Amino acid sequence: MVKALLDKEKIWQLLSTVADPEVPVLNILDLGIVRDVIVSSALEGLGEVVEVIITPTYTGCPAMDMISIDIKLKLLENGFKNFKITSVLSPAWTTDWMSEEGKRKLKEYGIAPPHSRADDTANPVIECPQCNSTNTKLISQFGSTACKALYQCQDCKEPFDYFKCH
Amino acid sequence: MQNLAQQLINYLLHLADTTLILSQRNSEWCGHGPVLEQDIAITNISLDLLGQSRNFYQYAAQLINESKNMQDTKALSSFGEGVGSEITEDSLAYLRTEREFKNLLLTELPNGDWGQTILRQYLFSQYQYLLFEQLQQNKDEQLAAICTKALKEIKYHIRWSSEWVLRLGDGTPESKQRMLVAINELWRYIGEMFIAVDYEKEMNIDLIALQNNWAEKVDVIFQEATLSIPKNTFMQIGGKTGTHTENLGFILTELQYMQRAYPNSQW
Repeated sequence: MVKALLDKEKIWQLLSTVADPEVPVLNILDLGIVRDVIVSSALEGLGEVVEVIITPTYTGCPAMDMISIDIKLKLLENGFKNFKITSVLSPAWTTDWMSEEGKRKLKEYGIAPPHSRADDTANPVIECPQCNSTNTKLISQFGSTACKALYQCQDCKEPFDYFKCH
Repeated sequence: MQNLAQQLINYLLHLADTTLILSQRNSEWCGHGPVLEQDIAITNISLDLLGQSRNFYQYAAQLINESKNMQDTKALSSFGEGVGSEITEDSLAYLRTEREFKNLLLTELPNGDWGQTILRQYLFSQYQYLLFEQLQQNKDEQLAAICTKALKEIKYHIRWSSEWVLRLGDGTPESKQRMLVAINELWRYIGEMFIAVDYEKEMNIDLIALQNNWAEKVDVIFQEATLSIPKNTFMQIGGKTGTHTENLGFILTELQYMQRAYPNSQW
């Protein structure tokens, strides 16, 4: 029982080292992709079974297969053998699950972090991640990946990605 | 008459085929969009649609495999069985024939010019949004979950495509003329969205409300774009039951080429 608790903690810690392949400054916990880790001591003598429950960000996000493989490798490297990764769709992922830490890291990386869903409008005011000006212009609703829109700052002229509210 | 499980499978295949074929069509713009940002936008939408179709195919495959285990094999002869018995999302997309595809005719039409492509996207996204709003209440939880997730993406598709309808409809004389041609080309394929076929009847969809809400929304955008909804158009049906235009065969020839030429090849 104690071992199960310790392992659970260790797995969460390991998951925090799995990076998003498309936005490598974020780990999958920052993104809110991991919904739960369940460690159950199965039949006696057989050791424990680990289940990692994840949820996709965007339906068509090609990074999800990659993330799943990365989790597998990370667990195997650290001696976990008996595990499965389950993907659930409901409740649907939202950018509100992104941690404050994650939003801060995004901005530092040059991507404007998502607004909270409560503040979302058709034409949100987006702050430039470089100079913090709010004098910015939408260039395209769709950017380099499914999760981003393309903006340009009218003051420092820098084009940048905005992580869309979802 | 099909039993409920078969109806759900067929309905899932209809949703999967529709999103797959529109995704395939939109992806033809990759590298050909009018400007880079719009090229990226249409291919992003293509990717979202592909993701949706994968979810529907995966769920359909799971249900088909489950009912096969229950010895219900007779009714399942045409669900893309290739070599080996397990049905997968890939066998459903790559190994079914034209007559087995249940996509809306609208999605298989050639792209035409940019105006026709974005008008189709708008008419479809608006329909898809209202349909999925109903389906997220569906008593089948997995179907509801897939639709709930997709709605967030469709919201952006409507926003983007409706802006283009306004820009072109209320744009230059040439852009307007092209939109009028596009409306004329596409309109006769709208009708089947709102006409239920056998496998849809038990899915608890209110098609009359869907049609009314859709017409209302489209009318608002069309009025602002100085366009109007055609009246009394002949409506072509058949896609949902596998009777397609000549275009689908060409799409499948390209889409399924690898699996047909090299069966069971893996990426």
